[in-house]
Amino acid sequence: MLEVQNLSMRFGGLLAVDQVTLDVQEHEIVSIIGPNGAGKTTVFNCISGFYKPTGGKILFEGGEIQGKPDHKISRLGMVRTFQHVRLFGQMTVVENLLVAQHRHLNTNLLAGLIKTPDYREREQKSLDRAAYWLERVGLMELANREAGNLAYGQQRRLEIARCMVTEPKLLMLDEPAAGLNPAETKDLNQLIISLKEDYNVSVLLIEHDMSLVMDISDRITVINQGRPLAAGTPDEVRNNDDVIKAYLGEA
Amino acid sequence: MATPNFKHALFCAIVTIVIAYPILGLNLVAESTRVIVEGADTTTVISVFAAALVVFLFQLFRDRIMASLGGLPKLNPFADREHMPESKRARLESWVLTGIVVLALFWPFFVSRGSVDLATLVLIYIMLALGLNVVVGLAGLLDLGYVAFYAVGAYTFALLSQYAGVSFWMALPIGACLAALFGLVLGFPVLRLRGDYLAIVTLGFGEIIRILLNNWTALTGGPNGIGGIPDPTLFGMEFGRRVKEEGNTSFHDTFGIAYSSEHKVIFLYLIALILAVITALIIRRFMRMPVGRAWEALREDEIAARSLGLSRTAVKLSAFTIGAFFAGFAGTVFASKQGFISPESFVFLESAIILAIVVLGGMGSQLGVVLAAIAVTILPELAREFSDFRMLVFGAAMVLMMVWRPQGLMPMRRTHIQLRRQE
Ligand SMILES: Nc1ncnc2c1ncn2[C@@H]1O[C@H](COP(=O)(O)OP(=O)(O)O)[C@@H](O)[C@H]1O
Ligand SMILES: [Mg+2]
Repeated sequence: MLEVQNLSMRFGGLLAVDQVTLDVQEHEIVSIIGPNGAGKTTVFNCISGFYKPTGGKILFEGGEIQGKPDHKISRLGMVRTFQHVRLFGQMTVVENLLVAQHRHLNTNLLAGLIKTPDYREREQKSLDRAAYWLERVGLMELANREAGNLAYGQQRRLEIARCMVTEPKLLMLDEPAAGLNPAETKDLNQLIISLKEDYNVSVLLIEHDMSLVMDISDRITVINQGRPLAAGTPDEVRNNDDVIKAYLGEA
Repeated sequence: MATPNFKHALFCAIVTIVIAYPILGLNLVAESTRVIVEGADTTTVISVFAAALVVFLFQLFRDRIMASLGGLPKLNPFADREHMPESKRARLESWVLTGIVVLALFWPFFVSRGSVDLATLVLIYIMLALGLNVVVGLAGLLDLGYVAFYAVGAYTFALLSQYAGVSFWMALPIGACLAALFGLVLGFPVLRLRGDYLAIVTLGFGEIIRILLNNWTALTGGPNGIGGIPDPTLFGMEFGRRVKEEGNTSFHDTFGIAYSSEHKVIFLYLIALILAVITALIIRRFMRMPVGRAWEALREDEIAARSLGLSRTAVKLSAFTIGAFFAGFAGTVFASKQGFISPESFVFLESAIILAIVVLGGMGSQLGVVLAAIAVTILPELAREFSDFRMLVFGAAMVLMMVWRPQGLMPMRRTHIQLRRQE
């Protein structure tokens, strides 16, 4: 469903991403790994439309999307989380989920002002969808708390829930396990697998936690200094000499 | 510990003298053709030095003073009372608000004409502040030229009535929509701007409108303004002593009561009250709708909002447009109340006052905005003899607020949303 061909991104003199090619098929978890500063987040930013790539093609379900504005790309059914959590801190947990569902709601101002039956029905549906996901990630009790006051692990889960209420086809997670304790990481592990198995979402994952990556990925792409180093199944990558030298050996 | 404080206090005292002495102490006196500088009289000099001493002592014991003031909230009898359950609180709040509106409906019949007139002005400021609250408080876009939309509303009515004989009720929606259009037009060039840059551009826009009104003498009468703006009518009944418009009747004749100039004032007040209530209700509704949440989301984190598919363009423009719409509303009422408008009424200071109301009230909070509007409009009237110091008191109040309640009088409360358990 997602195809990235020869993607390049140049910042002035720095070639942060150099000819990266990868693809994500339906019902698949694909991971991008690589040392810090390798250009993983930059790849995400290009795919999700935050940066306009300086070279290469990005296709989503057959259509070219490179250089499109970010909100249009997200509306195609491809949402992301951020390496540093980005919530609407002063809004409540449930409001965070409602913001994400603006497209499911009737955006006609008048319909909302006079609360037409259609508007009420859609509003109730998005409330129910929010409730469902809050329960799914274990935040139901905190629904009316300000999002900024949640613990770090809870914020991470809320960010994923906020993506899921948009009913995406592809979910992009940027280091979702960063800063989580081992127990939380294990929960996250199960959550990501369940997203694929039960909700039929494809996942593109950036992660440092090797055990997590090796556990849940169907395929892995390794990037080093902006260049693709290797790609394949977890076993292939684990046994790749270049990878062992450049990445795993270091760590 | 004491030494840095001492140095700092001494420095502050000297600054006080350096600033205060030339401003308060030196006078320019015209003596036939020459202008001479005259030194201060003894009382001024003494008071300047007394002020410096106060500043010195305050700065010297600042930590201790602030610490003892920090203990003040403990005196608040409500401070550690238990929080009411959410549903009960909401019900109580809506009862109190309804009560206030009902009281406000009957109140003008028992008080003087001057008070009603002043109350009308307060209501106009409430409308303005509620509208600006959308832009600044909810969407987080610092708009320093908000008065421009107020001017558009007022001038729309004035010009339409002068050139086309349009009545108040016709002009009200036209003025609001035209102001909204101006909001949209201003929104486009500033889409990419944020913070300081946005503030400066909107400030410039406000000035452009004022200067345009001032200089386009042929249309607007320039600094002379436009007079003879008609009062609103009630189902074709006029409130003047004599009927001005063909086909209208007069209010006092219809009801067979004696003519009184108070009728008109009260009627205008009631119109302003109803419009202010409508404004509050509509914006309150918006805040609980996708638009309102989108405004706040953009204020909280623009990148995250966009990553969820919110269009920055649509969200920002809707905030500017809707905010401007209500300023147009207020402008039309203002023109009708004054009967005469000129660019004088739409200077930057007005923008600053409206913004101050929003900040004092607590960004995003409607009840806070209403209270602040009342305070900011009425207090200067009550303290007329201090009118020279109005800006000084104003500034001091702002500084104090920033120290003690940076979140405003009544910070915005999030709505409690009840969820149905799934599965
Ligand atoms: N907006 C930007 N401007 C300039 N350089 C950038 C920008 N974003 C990322 N970079 C650079 O690109 C390189 C890759 O960064 P990043 O994609 O964040 O790495 P990773 O996520 O793999 O740790 C880094 O050297 C970083 O400094
Ligand atoms: Mg990164």
